[in-house]
Amino acid sequence: MWEYTDKVKEHFLHPKNIGEIENPDAVGEVGSIVCGDALKLYLKVDEKSGKITDAKFQTFGCASAIASSSALTELVKGKTLDEALKVTNQEIAEFLGGLPKEKMHCSVMGREALEAAIANYRGQPPEVKEEGRLICKCFDVTEEKIRKVAIENHLTTVDEITDYTKAGGGCGECKAEIEAILRDIWALKKPERPVVSKKLTNLQKIALMQEIIETEIRPGLQADGGDIELIDIDGNRVIVALRGMCSGCLMADVTIKGIQDKLREMAGEEITVEAQ
Amino acid sequence: MKTIYFDNNATTNIAPEVIDEMLPYLRELYGNPSSMHTFGGQLHRKIEEARSRVAGLLGAGPEEIIFTSCGTESDNTALMSAVESVPHKKHIITSRVEHPAVLNFCKYLARKGYRATYLPVSKQGQLNVDELVKALDEDTAVVSLMYANNESGVIFPVAELGEMLKERGILFHTDAVQAVGKIPIDLKKLPVDMLSLSGHKLHAPKGVGALYVRKGARFHPYIIGGHQEHGRRAGTENVASVIALGKACELAGDNLSQEVIYLKGLRDKLENALLKSCPDARINGDVNSRLPNTTNISFEYVEGEAILLRLNEFGICASSGSACTSGSLEPSHVLRAMGVPATLIHGSIRFSLSRYNTEAEVDKVIEIMPPVIKELRQLSPFGRERIKK
Ligand code: FES
Repeated sequence: MWEYTDKVKEHFLHPKNIGEIENPDAVGEVGSIVCGDALKLYLKVDEKSGKITDAKFQTFGCASAIASSSALTELVKGKTLDEALKVTNQEIAEFLGGLPKEKMHCSVMGREALEAAIANYRGQPPEVKEEGRLICKCFDVTEEKIRKVAIENHLTTVDEITDYTKAGGGCGECKAEIEAILRDIWALKKPERPVVSKKLTNLQKIALMQEIIETEIRPGLQADGGDIELIDIDGNRVIVALRGMCSGCLMADVTIKGIQDKLREMAGEEITVEAQ
Repeated sequence: MKTIYFDNNATTNIAPEVIDEMLPYLRELYGNPSSMHTFGGQLHRKIEEARSRVAGLLGAGPEEIIFTSCGTESDNTALMSAVESVPHKKHIITSRVEHPAVLNFCKYLARKGYRATYLPVSKQGQLNVDELVKALDEDTAVVSLMYANNESGVIFPVAELGEMLKERGILFHTDAVQAVGKIPIDLKKLPVDMLSLSGHKLHAPKGVGALYVRKGARFHPYIIGGHQEHGRRAGTENVASVIALGKACELAGDNLSQEVIYLKGLRDKLENALLKSCPDARINGDVNSRLPNTTNISFEYVEGEAILLRLNEFGICASSGSACTSGSLEPSHVLRAMGVPATLIHGSIRFSLSRYNTEAEVDKVIEIMPPVIKELRQLSPFGRERIKK
């Protein structure tokens, strides 16, 4: 069973702005019944101010798809088209108090419908999506979409791409290609590790630090007969314990400083590291 | 809010009589049946009593029953034992609609160099005996086909399949996890070599199952260690649960024929009412050969998870073959193998009843379901188009 927030449940059980708009100024349609979710977004736009005066939706999909659609309409109403275009899929998810990671594709679908509707209003070709190279046949996902979602959401693994776009979640044949695309994106741009900010929960921070320590720091220390353990995280203070040859080592301070530099480089400048 | 539990193919409540029967073995009588002292050793007799009860439900001999930890272990053990008994044969046959306990084990064997054939099923989810005959060859080590399908409830012609395989001397295993306790099974007449069952599908607790191995059939243990179960399944017996399974089998056997009629009555009432009150709904599965407690209905233009969560608000528990509920992004492999179009799989709902369900509960679901479907269809872009048409 999915862990949905109360906000998701509320927007699923009592969705806002459902239905069609008579004579809409813009319509955006994404997804398909075969893929398991589809969203049709209708907008009414005030010509003078460029503001969205009304938004309605129809959605075929699971609870989080319906809730995301409802959230989307709430988020864009009253915004100008340019402002609305800045609404990211993260914002849709945040509006709902978060979505299970496997369900992030629902928020991406919301964002796509919005883009499609605005493109429709501006007289641009509706199916921008069709242009890119088709990567995932099972879920009809193009290279362009994978790149876009990966960059916007800092996605670095195939599993994450699957959570956000569904690509790779069917027969799995496209996984190698997704991996190649990811390598390509993040080779040009060093993987932007999610920066430790207030938005990460403490648990997420711990997981992130743990990962950096495991992959980047521990192997080096262990090679020298030492070891390190993550003890706690308090805001941006990271408390570690040095073990083995490291503990009591005269160079402990230097080691800690080195670890701090490494963590700062990978997870944000505001981090300080202390030995227990 | 009272729970209306219509998800008994997923798991069942433990029968109160079963709990009473097992509790002393959790509280006071915690001994190890292998011990020399009476305190532990006396449990041996209780385990043998449970074995006879399980055998009794199946028309088997007690010596043909091996206790395991679950249906999956029984399935894995059966397949492993089969391929080890005939090491020179490298071909296994199963169907595309099996439970993952069989399907994924066959895939595992396939990675280990075995050739696996996955038989197709008809649109009704039924297996064609001729297809099996065609797939057999000199190299076939074992055929594993389920007795009844967990999702569609479809019952395979196990007797017919068994006869045919017996003639050819090919080992036959059936995963009867969904059938045992729901329909009569008589292994005196039924030509199968191995049969799996699971406790928690028939009102015993989770964590106990059994494997029937026909007397005289070759057997290789899967879990290796102590001498328990005559060396056929090592590991200290899960005493209380084994005793519980025995009791649950006895209870199931006592009332089976009345229960079949009772459940079929409830199921048919539910099914007919929903088909009548919800347009664009259809049954998945062979209505002529189906478990009496199961119905799988597709509601077009709506998505299963959404239906389930709306029902959840009323305390109604059911399940769906939709992608969103499967934990992966792929919808039910069973319904896909039956050629049910994706649009209908996404809106499939399974209700599975037990003897503890009542007509009042069925009436409640009959009342709640149509407005839920209607509302979700109004939300759906496809539903709207349909309504306009
Ligand atoms: S092609 Fe992407 S999962 Fe099948």
